[in-house]
Amino acid sequence: MHIPDGYLGPPTYIATYAVCAPLWGVAARKVRESLHSRRVPLLAISAAFSFLVMMFNVPLPGGSTGHAVGGVLIAISVGPWGAMLSISIALVIQALLFGDGGITAIGANCLNIAFVMPFAGYYTYRLLSRALSSERGRVLAAGIGGYVGLNAAAFTTAVMFGIQPLLHTSPDGRALYAPYPLSVAVHAMMLQHMIVIGTIEALVTGLAVHYLRRSRSAWVLDPPESGSSR
Amino acid sequence: MKEYRGLLVALGVMALLAPIGLYLPQIMKAGAAWGEWGILEVRKMVGYAPAGMEKAAEPWKAPIPDYAPSGRENASIPEQGLHYLLSAFLGIVACGGGAYLLARWLTRRGSPPADRRQ
Repeated sequence: MHIPDGYLGPPTYIATYAVCAPLWGVAARKVRESLHSRRVPLLAISAAFSFLVMMFNVPLPGGSTGHAVGGVLIAISVGPWGAMLSISIALVIQALLFGDGGITAIGANCLNIAFVMPFAGYYTYRLLSRALSSERGRVLAAGIGGYVGLNAAAFTTAVMFGIQPLLHTSPDGRALYAPYPLSVAVHAMMLQHMIVIGTIEALVTGLAVHYLRRSRSAWVLDPPESGSSR
Repeated sequence: MKEYRGLLVALGVMALLAPIGLYLPQIMKAGAAWGEWGILEVRKMVGYAPAGMEKAAEPWKAPIPDYAPSGRENASIPEQGLHYLLSAFLGIVACGGGAYLLARWLTRRGSPPADRRQ
């Protein structure tokens, strides 16, 4: 899901940076206003956690790979804005230090993985938790949140790939950047993520919530103080 | 920091297990993720190298490309695992350190948002 350099044309990557910049600003403000100073290390642990989760590449049928992100679990713990900051840091480190994801695509990757994913997943979780307030229900809600969040991010990533041939095709019909049209990109990305990676994300999220709630670290999942979740 | 000990141990265990994420795709002969192919692979798949992609590829040389020091991509399989493992720990330090500094900086200056301009 990490878009490399050269796949997005300048209009797309500049637009994604432009959308991401104010969101980073809001995230910083929300964290500053609502993150209790004792929970500061949690943001650091979250960034390291998502970095590590993304190292676990899973082989997929058809010869490609994918990985979970852990973004919805992080959002449940530090709120979606806190998740945006910590996952963005992991993505920036991946791009700068390890060449995983492009430099020009940092805005796009942060938008998909650090914004769309935690928000889609977190609000799915919140919505479902109202109906599923039992112990098991919470775990289920978290799992479904993980599944929805990851697939939402896969979808927006696929759309970014897929619009490139529409935006940039030379007169001889050759693509200038990502070569596959929307239908192919969405189909390929969603098939993989809806069947395999989304399930893994759901399991990771659900199991982590299950074990954390029973452990001494259950406070990690305490809903952050009122107002911080928005 | 006592309350964070369990979580830090969990991160350490994850880092130790990280080479699974390197070896499993190798064993199953899986390649790049969808949309993360190198330019040569793209050329093989679509029959040409997209011009913009060719020009824009690698505007930045990452010091540890693909979680191995550059030039060591063809190292022996155990060495690759070691590189991956060390990258995992380096990632913990870099991400954890970066996020910690940012979060501390943000939370220190201003519980009341009154000191902000606008």
